[in-house]
Amino acid sequence: MKGRLLKGAVVALLALACTGMISAQTAKKIKVGFIYLGPVGDGGYTYAHDLGRKYLEQALPGQVETVYKESVSDGNADSEPVMRDLIDQGCTIIFATSFGYMDHVEKIAKEYPNVKFLHCSGYKSGPNFGNYFGRIEQPRYLSGIVAGMKTKTNKIGYVLAFEIPECIRGVDSFTLGVRSVNPKATVLLKWTHTWYDPAKEKDAAVALLDEGCDVIAQHQDTTGPQIAAQEKGAFAIGYNSDSKNAAPKAYLTAPIWNWGPYYTAQVKAVIAGTWKPEAYWGGMADGVVDLAPLTANAPKGAQAAVDKVKAQIIAGKFDVWAGPVKDQTGAVRIAKGATLDDKGQLSLDWLVEGIVGKIEK
Amino acid sequence: MPPIKIRKRTETGGVRSFVIRATAILAALVVTAAFIALLGKNPIDVYASMVTGALGNPHRLRETIIRAVPLVVTSLGIAIAFKMKFWNIGADGQIIMGAFGASYFALNCPNLPQPLLLLVMAAAGMVAGGLWAFIPAFFKARFGTNETLFTLMMNYVAQKWVTYLQYGPWKDPKAIGFPKIPNFVDNAILPKVFGVHIGWIIALILVAVVHVFMKRTKRGYEIAVVGESVDTARYAGMNVRGIILSALFASGALCGLAGMIQASAVSNTLAVDISGGAGYTAIITTWLAQLSAPAIVIVSFLFAVLVQGGSYIQTAFQIPQAAAQILQGMILFFVLGSEFFVNYRVAFGRTVAPSESEVPEEFKVPAAYDEPASPEAVKTTKGGSRG
Repeated sequence: MKGRLLKGAVVALLALACTGMISAQTAKKIKVGFIYLGPVGDGGYTYAHDLGRKYLEQALPGQVETVYKESVSDGNADSEPVMRDLIDQGCTIIFATSFGYMDHVEKIAKEYPNVKFLHCSGYKSGPNFGNYFGRIEQPRYLSGIVAGMKTKTNKIGYVLAFEIPECIRGVDSFTLGVRSVNPKATVLLKWTHTWYDPAKEKDAAVALLDEGCDVIAQHQDTTGPQIAAQEKGAFAIGYNSDSKNAAPKAYLTAPIWNWGPYYTAQVKAVIAGTWKPEAYWGGMADGVVDLAPLTANAPKGAQAAVDKVKAQIIAGKFDVWAGPVKDQTGAVRIAKGATLDDKGQLSLDWLVEGIVGKIEK
Repeated sequence: MPPIKIRKRTETGGVRSFVIRATAILAALVVTAAFIALLGKNPIDVYASMVTGALGNPHRLRETIIRAVPLVVTSLGIAIAFKMKFWNIGADGQIIMGAFGASYFALNCPNLPQPLLLLVMAAAGMVAGGLWAFIPAFFKARFGTNETLFTLMMNYVAQKWVTYLQYGPWKDPKAIGFPKIPNFVDNAILPKVFGVHIGWIIALILVAVVHVFMKRTKRGYEIAVVGESVDTARYAGMNVRGIILSALFASGALCGLAGMIQASAVSNTLAVDISGGAGYTAIITTWLAQLSAPAIVIVSFLFAVLVQGGSYIQTAFQIPQAAAQILQGMILFFVLGSEFFVNYRVAFGRTVAPSESEVPEEFKVPAAYDEPASPEAVKTTKGGSRG
């Protein structure tokens, strides 16, 4: 009896799975799905993307509906069913906002040629699959100026996630900024191998503080390193979004993302039928990246120093990657008068002079 | 305060357990409804969405089945161990090691023909998972070590082993520094049947096989006897150690096969979080299914509905992930909690006739599964009485 019941259930399931197509979409609004690595309340990377999503909804009222799925791991194939579910729910544009989603976006983009995919921080693309990111190195360089002027011990700690070009670009540009105002300062590294792990990222910062660092910077999605700095009476540079409330006594400033205008432009292009996959990499001139306002914790003169370079960057007169730049061994990697092109930046795998630490290969 | 007496029910009435379970589900729905209302959503809409989100169209049904497959296969493995009252908490590690075994061949022999490669991967997954369960079984049978802790710790060893591979020797050189293991070639990926990878057919076949094995074979019977009483098994002349070792190898092999299926069909590679926690979730599904293979299919499917529906409502209602998990947890809490009332009678303030089974069977610590007392041991006892 039990067996027969079971068989019946299996047959019924099979029949259900075989029949029918996905119900026709009737909604006139375009539905946009966002996939986030952390929770929207992380106060950092995911929070910045979610602000962009909200901006998009307000910028195109009545034309767009957005949904998001938070806390989707990028270490496994977890993002694949999430993308399929979002498409099932009517999304025709998907923004996948973490590096590790890249291969999975590529796979799903082939399965759904009519859906548009935009992947943040990767380098792959396809006929319906573009990628986008920002030159966060520009505000990182500026934040390095603030840190370099602030440090007394001339030791700055830097907590970062993975040995990928994105993180290497970040710490290199930061260090170039530090050394532009304080050639004696060094930057000490701690790799965490996580994007979002408040406890681990805080511990890494504590270890750096114990080594004598008095300013902490980060390439992490949580405010853990800033809180560690405050608890030890040190100072901190944030990342992703203006996080002045997390550790008010330590916080100096942060390189931040401003995704709203970009998301709006992309969705507008899709609505207008003019969208094409591209590799977007905007800088401070576009406003997609910026430096958060300096707080009262920042050193005297920092505002003026930052403003001067910022104006040059926006005017296109200053390039973070302009030579001469030496690597850790003292060898000149970018000659005087030369610069590191986009290709070189996207595959960057060496650390600049002044960094104490190494890239695990 | 009146004394509370707890007694194991001697008979379990079908009607009564049905009423208890139904009440528990109802209570779970009511309490959870209050929680949903607190979030500012309409509970009835949310519940309806959970069901339609998991079963509402072919795509959703397929996703639900994909979530159920690893639970079914892993639960079958756990059921064999649990039948023997060997508390195998190590299914997660066995899944990971099974996935590792399969991945070794997927990555190193990509040119084998697909059917052969998949068979080799399945065999490797089963051997790797089986051995991972065999180790704690050996120590249990030989030295009477605590298998619960031992199997649990083996999970962390398996995790760290794959982490090491992922960050070290197996790191994909094409991933420009990002710690991931290369994707499998198409030959190493299980084919689909009706839009769902073939793992669902494998799972159903295994349900039949395990059911017949446990109910109709001598070894299945022996496993049940060892679970009931090691002394009885020994008295009946059974080779208790052999039974424990072979049963645990089978248990781990099934979990390892679940790992192979996940690596091949779902992740298309090996990763630390390959199991997605299935090794722990399957403990719950196995227990709720009362170790019955056919019931495992139903419970695992319902569990998958809960997870897929829980995922759906996150996007449909923009409920935070943590809140969706509280929902799932609440339902589980009540359903698992009701099992207590199904199995035990609780009396307030009345004297209950003393029962010989005051101590529930599952709380009794089984003795080390040793061979009949050795001559030395007997001698020592005698010596003790003499002195």
